[in-house]
Amino acid sequence: MQAETLEITYREAVREAIRDAIRRDERVFLMGEDVGRYGGCYAVSKGLLAEFGPDRIRDTPLSESGFTGAGIGAAMAGMRPIVELMTVNFSLLALDQILNNAATVRHMSGNQFGVPLVIRMATGAGRQLAAQHSHSLEGWYAHIPGIKVLAPATLEDARGMLWTALQDPDPVLIFENVMLYNMAGKLAADASAVDIDKAAVRRTGRDISLITYGGSLWKTLEAATALAGENIEAEVIDLRSLRPLDDATIMASVTKTRRAVIVDEGWRSGSLAAEIAMRIVEQAFWSLDAPIGRVCSEEAPVPYARHLEQAAIPQAAKIVVAAKATLGRA
Amino acid sequence: MPSLGPDMEAGTLVEWLVKPGDRVKRGDVVAVVDTQKGAIEVEIYQPGQIEKILVDLDTKVPVGTPLAELREEGERLPAAAAAPKPPTTPAVAPTAPPAGPAPVRMQAPAVAAAPMTAAGGRASPAARRLAEAQGVDLSTIAGSGPGGAIIYADVEQRIGKTVAVAGKRPAPSLNLAAMRTAIAVAMARSKREIPHYYLEHQVDVTACEQWLTQKNATRPPDNRLLIGALAVKAVALAARRFPAFNGFYRDNKFEPAPAVHVGIAITIRGGGLAAPALHDADQLPLDELMGRMRDLVQRMRAGRIRSSELSDPTITTSSLGERGVEALYGIIYPPQVAIVGFGKVMARPWVVDGAIGPRSIVTTTLSGDHRVTDGHAGALFLAEIGKLLQEPDKL
Repeated sequence: MQAETLEITYREAVREAIRDAIRRDERVFLMGEDVGRYGGCYAVSKGLLAEFGPDRIRDTPLSESGFTGAGIGAAMAGMRPIVELMTVNFSLLALDQILNNAATVRHMSGNQFGVPLVIRMATGAGRQLAAQHSHSLEGWYAHIPGIKVLAPATLEDARGMLWTALQDPDPVLIFENVMLYNMAGKLAADASAVDIDKAAVRRTGRDISLITYGGSLWKTLEAATALAGENIEAEVIDLRSLRPLDDATIMASVTKTRRAVIVDEGWRSGSLAAEIAMRIVEQAFWSLDAPIGRVCSEEAPVPYARHLEQAAIPQAAKIVVAAKATLGRA
Repeated sequence: MPSLGPDMEAGTLVEWLVKPGDRVKRGDVVAVVDTQKGAIEVEIYQPGQIEKILVDLDTKVPVGTPLAELREEGERLPAAAAAPKPPTTPAVAPTAPPAGPAPVRMQAPAVAAAPMTAAGGRASPAARRLAEAQGVDLSTIAGSGPGGAIIYADVEQRIGKTVAVAGKRPAPSLNLAAMRTAIAVAMARSKREIPHYYLEHQVDVTACEQWLTQKNATRPPDNRLLIGALAVKAVALAARRFPAFNGFYRDNKFEPAPAVHVGIAITIRGGGLAAPALHDADQLPLDELMGRMRDLVQRMRAGRIRSSELSDPTITTSSLGERGVEALYGIIYPPQVAIVGFGKVMARPWVVDGAIGPRSIVTTTLSGDHRVTDGHAGALFLAEIGKLLQEPDKL
């Protein structure tokens, strides 16, 4: 039995998730810069102001720290806010609120208060927005205890993660890669909430585990297809949740393939890729057949020029090279 | 401090035979070092002038420590003014190198090496775990992983276990490149670690040939016995009587093997070579031994050898008689301790019972591991093989 499917973009899937949440729960509202009249800088919330009105779709001043703090207060007072930050670069203005308040209030209040807040933001390079709008800092957020960090890479996850995140009693950050908004595909018409604590095996293989998330998932799948042409069967793992990490799925795969390459659009030093590699070493060392490989972004501000921007971030060809090196094949 | 034996880690300088300013030439004894094996004279390999003594008398230093500085002929003394000044006032004597050609550090090449395994000891954790669980000696495996590292699949291949993974694997076949690497690893290790001694003995095999002619007269070609089978059986029986040639040298000691599994060196078209085991060769009647040899050769060349056959040999035989050479001196396959070689059977004038007559003579050789046996024992062992071949009906 196949349910009815819709042709839909990632952007529309996120919008559907917001609409669904606002309809289902009167405590839910969206707040952020240009989310109302302008329809969102990536047009995610286009049309929602007209549909739901200014109480549910709230434009804010250009003050990330201020409105994120307002979202935290609203959540503590019983609302279920969705705060949109334009990009992860701008989210640094709200980092104090996220780290010092959202992530710590439950601890600091002796469990008297929680912050059931969802913060969505765009991340990643590829749109020639230069070094102040293009970075991938989700790995920094994955460092922080007290919050959850999600990276929906598929239409199902774009559509389904938000509702589950809103049910969480603690803050959840959702990172949407800017290169995915225009991605179109089929989605079940009755698509709804999905889990937010398990990694997904997007392709099975026996020779190497390629571990990735977000926008890099599709490049990694492309690399896996290329590798298959050389008789290398790569398993592709979509982390989905960057905090907590689903160690069990990672270790099951690496134990099977005995090799791993981690693809992470963050910078290499101190990266999420480094954390995953270390966990593999801690938990699956005796199953390894090769040093763990990494494909990360070059350690430079993301350049504006298109060819340099593309050269700075993970690409399928780099993943293929790294995977083959791990297999001892040039 | 030169390494004067594989187990030497340090030595004590007990006598200097040169002093700064002395001219030395290659081969001069410059110092005396006391080791666990007694006092040993240290030679110098380069001519020049002793610049500076670095180690005082009665000082014990690790292998590899420079003992003195040597100035090569033609090198000028450094001009003091040219010496770079340390950035701050040194509290201790400056160690900055002098300008101009640096003195050659006198340092004998370290002979002692770490335990030899493929690619300098590289094996993946997965391979190590599997090898340990299965009792496989990693040093006998060639690696196919990154940088030549031994990986899980290499150990698995040695064990002969098929991969229980769904999906297509290429059909098993001989990988000649990997085999060549394995040969390189094993042979280099052998020549590095095993002090070989070589003995040679002319054996009259006329009796064998006559006996075989008679035996084979009524047999179809497929069932005929070949002299190679007699040779293997003779080696196996001799190895049973001389257990010091049958077993393994591991962890600095010899372990005699409880059974005699003779490795048969088999060449493979395209450049391969392997020596799988003929199990319990000393117990096999000749016909069965011959049949198993044929089977082994066929399967080896088809790449269908069992892993136990590759890892079990306790002694190896090699014959190049078919290739027309008179003698071969084999390299011992570690951790075995002996290899017996057979050359071509040659018709020779030979003195038998005081008269010269034509006889069939084969040159047999023994390469022995001097850590385990000496030439005397080797001679007895080789002579025993010759004796056994005089009475083929008793083999």
